[in-house]
Amino acid sequence: MNKRQSALLRIMELEFAAIELNLFLDTHPEDRCALADFEKVSQELMKAKTEFEARYGPLMNFGFGRNQGDTWRWIESPWPWEINFKGFELYGEE
Amino acid sequence: MWIYEKKLEYPVRVSSTNPRLAKVIITQYGGPDGELAASLRYLTQRYSMPTPQAKAVLTDIGTEELAHMEIVATLVYNLIRNATVEQIKAAGLDPYYVDHDKSVYFVNAEGVPWTAAYIQSKGDPIADLHENMAAEQKARATYEYLINVSDDPDVTDTLRFLRQREVVHFQRFGETLNLVHDWLSSKKVFY
Repeated sequence: MNKRQSALLRIMELEFAAIELNLFLDTHPEDRCALADFEKVSQELMKAKTEFEARYGPLMNFGFGRNQGDTWRWIESPWPWEINFKGFELYGEE
Repeated sequence: MWIYEKKLEYPVRVSSTNPRLAKVIITQYGGPDGELAASLRYLTQRYSMPTPQAKAVLTDIGTEELAHMEIVATLVYNLIRNATVEQIKAAGLDPYYVDHDKSVYFVNAEGVPWTAAYIQSKGDPIADLHENMAAEQKARATYEYLINVSDDPDVTDTLRFLRQREVVHFQRFGETLNLVHDWLSSKKVFY
């Protein structure tokens, strides 16, 4: 697994934790423990995404991810359905 | 407003071309208890939800279901993408193939197209939340049947993740129902 792949998996882990905490907080909006966890996870997630986008281009469209460089990197592959996470090789190369 | 994020919620791993497995998994894309139905049901019911928690839960679970739809589509696409016409015929997927080639379309396991009649938006929050809890249980059961017929352990891993999400969503909808009951019993209107 290369650096890009492990960085993406780390973002997926952090964002899953954020999704779970978000849904829990929707019905427990005053749970201080979950609020603290959400704040911690969301800071780590933002940091991981910023680092990823600086190297590999935007993860999100419409201005929520930064495009650094001379070209519009949003259009670059791989798109999510083009990645086989089994050994993390790219599809379309067989 | 929705923003697209260029990643899956959970990794999809596919061991090998398997149009027969794609043929049944597609029901969670466009079938009666599938992810499109789930997402659109919650996202359209949210407008008439009465409490802050209910509006948030329907918005957030409806959005997560869109991510699940993308996971199911990724499974289906990668299971049929390299299939030969012979493999497609052997899997009984040739009627689908002549209409859609290897693209991903909203049908159930028997090829019946998705219909808005699969979902309801009743306006009554108690009725709608009960429908949603039932929908999560039906989706859980469907994922269990899919796990029973899956012969690809990597695909099964993703199906297990999707099954677990139905359990969590059921829990959150149950809590939301309790909160709406509390709100209804505390509501005092004098006019």
